[in-house]
Amino acid sequence: MIQAIRDGMDVAMGEDDTVVVYGEDVGYFGGVFRATQGLQEKYGRDRCFDAPISESGIVGTAIGMAANGMRPCVEIQFADYMYPAYDQITQEAARIRYRSNGDFTCPMVIRMPTGGGIFGGQTHSQSPEALFTHVAGLKVVVPCNPYDAKGLLIAAIEDPDPVIFLEPKRLYNGPFDGHYDRPVTGWGKHPDGEVPEGHYTVPLAQAKIKREGIDVTVLAYGTMVHVALAAAEDTGIDAEVIDLRTLLPYDLDTITASVRKTGRCIVVHEATLTSGFGAELAALVAEHCFYHLEAPVRRVAGWDTPYPHAQEWDYFPGPARVGAALTQTMEA
Amino acid sequence: MPKPLSLHVPEPAVRPGGVPDFSGVHIAPAGAVDRPPVDVDPGEIRDMAFSVIRVLNREGEAVGPWAGSLSDEQLIEGLRHMLLLRALDARMVIAQRQGKTSFYIQHLGEEAVSTAFRKVLEKGDMNFATYRQAGLLIADDYPLETMINQIYANSEDPLKGRQLPTLYSSREQGFFTLSGNLATQFPQAVGWAMASAIKGETNIAAGWIGDGSTAESDFHAALVFASTFRAPVVLNVVNNQWAISTFQGIARGGVGTFAARGLGYGIPSLRVDGNDYLAVHAVGLWAAKRARQNLGPTLIEYVTYRAGAHSTSDDPSAYRPKEESAAWPLGDPVIRLKAHLITRGVWSEDRHIQLEAEMRDTVITAQKAAEANGTMHSANRPSARDMFEGVYAEMPPHLRRQRQETGV
Ligand SMILES: Cc1ncc(C[n+]2csc(CCOP(=O)(O)OP(=O)(O)O)c2C)c(N)n1
Ligand SMILES: [Mg+2]
Repeated sequence: MIQAIRDGMDVAMGEDDTVVVYGEDVGYFGGVFRATQGLQEKYGRDRCFDAPISESGIVGTAIGMAANGMRPCVEIQFADYMYPAYDQITQEAARIRYRSNGDFTCPMVIRMPTGGGIFGGQTHSQSPEALFTHVAGLKVVVPCNPYDAKGLLIAAIEDPDPVIFLEPKRLYNGPFDGHYDRPVTGWGKHPDGEVPEGHYTVPLAQAKIKREGIDVTVLAYGTMVHVALAAAEDTGIDAEVIDLRTLLPYDLDTITASVRKTGRCIVVHEATLTSGFGAELAALVAEHCFYHLEAPVRRVAGWDTPYPHAQEWDYFPGPARVGAALTQTMEA
Repeated sequence: MPKPLSLHVPEPAVRPGGVPDFSGVHIAPAGAVDRPPVDVDPGEIRDMAFSVIRVLNREGEAVGPWAGSLSDEQLIEGLRHMLLLRALDARMVIAQRQGKTSFYIQHLGEEAVSTAFRKVLEKGDMNFATYRQAGLLIADDYPLETMINQIYANSEDPLKGRQLPTLYSSREQGFFTLSGNLATQFPQAVGWAMASAIKGETNIAAGWIGDGSTAESDFHAALVFASTFRAPVVLNVVNNQWAISTFQGIARGGVGTFAARGLGYGIPSLRVDGNDYLAVHAVGLWAAKRARQNLGPTLIEYVTYRAGAHSTSDDPSAYRPKEESAAWPLGDPVIRLKAHLITRGVWSEDRHIQLEAEMRDTVITAQKAAEANGTMHSANRPSARDMFEGVYAEMPPHLRRQRQETGV
């Protein structure tokens, strides 16, 4: 997936001179996850460069560039380090268009690796998507495979508004379904691992049904899509697994059509449970599908603790927990 | 027609494949920089932010007005601390490769900074360190086994497996709980010091930050609070030339120095040879005295070099020449202190080799003891129960419910 993301930036930079890429260690080195490797060499130091370690500076300058006709695609090294930029993202980028009535706009992408699964402890594992979906004016995207990552990233760069692009780092080098004790596999053999060359987009705000089923709808995104598929496999429950892909704006039609069909729904995310994006999804399902529901909507999420280091797999909502929720929902 | 503008993006002097070049690093000879009284008017010592205070010269002699702050015994103890830290690092880097821990951060080349500075502090003073100042713990005799328990996240890990390896915490050692988020702790150090002043106590605080992290707003927030309230704090900037793959010119910008950042805030700002144990101690002592005499903050830039990788996740050969470390003009802190002790007539090659072996054995003994308590992936590690505890003073009902759900 890391190559697909790099490829997405490469395509966008090649087609549009106003696309610039910067962030901590992204220039010569190509980023700590190597997402920008080779871009400086190819497009020059003024199109891809190292930023000082100042997340507020990275986003603040990107806003200035975006307002002045560029399309910056900046990297925050880990989502856990975006907080110094939170002011710039939520109070500025999100509202430039609204408060100037379109006099100024802010077409920019902020990429950040998210999620756990790499024993990164509390400062390399967080999933702060709900801190962005709560903010009017932002779009929030979470890809779960190389094909989508590239297509969504190009769409995000071309979008006229600021997009938060959250990359589940545990998926960078291969699909991960939460069975951490099984051998690691790469994207090579995975159907979504195939990435077309050149320009294509995956439209924002469109969910994708990853597995059709009739028993229960699972709403997921990022790493949890793979976990949900594994849980369906492990339990033999005929779940319909939906990859939301874009959290904001969300694809309500796909969600409601599925839940009306299955009559049951569980929501899965890695972020902490309370006030997580799952709460929004559960509320939407209750509002729009109440009379079709045969069981309460369940949420499976990270516990309401900081992301621990040694207890990573106790914290991570793996296939066993998702499977248990599926079973309980079917029994309700 | 005006000429079109173009963007300036700084680059280090050389990249892999090039010949290391430190001709841009200007180093004053040892002994050349004055030692003003601690109550000096900051306006009079502005030039100190652009020089480098050094005590040890090429011959291994201690020279100039900053020499003489340590006895033979204290210097030998300093050498012992640096070697112990170096031995611990070497073993833990291997332990990480063996899967006994997930992650480790070493100090190679920077051992003098934290070990010497620890010796200017007193009981009750508080450090707000970064991950690269474990020497503060070593030089305060924090048990090695406890450190390794934390690194291994085993059953005796004092932080219960919650924190990334090397992000220690020990109030007893004057070592504030370490954050993984850069720069956040610089203002906290100032606040700790302000509290000491408000309460009318006598203890001081020390903040720590890397060259790269000085770009964060929190660095500047710390300086303005320290300056305005004349907080009894020593603000330490460790300039090891690199921030992961990013050379110090990206955070520094323009010309100037990191020490010079303090000048705009009216804070006395000194630069010191960070690979010179004696100079680090003497300058730290000067700054600590200022704080203790209620004269306010001091900013110190330690000029050093990160000889090793950023962390076990990093391979520096991708962005800087391998030979760069050997070409670093300020040398190696251990070799320099050793040479000085030999010049002083209180040390020998043989005793040095003996001490190295002794330090290695000390680490191995502690490591074995820690391994008996488990390593990263062994069965006796902190439990899921430990994960739920300590989020709040008292566990709220929703968390209790979640814990029950996991059955622990
Ligand atoms: C707020 C924040 N941004 C980014 C990071 C990722 N990061 C960890 S260490 C590091 C480099 C720090 O360099 P420097 O301050 O020079 O300290 P050094 O590692 O050289 O001791 C970066 C960018 C982080 N931990 N926190
Ligand atoms: Mg540094």
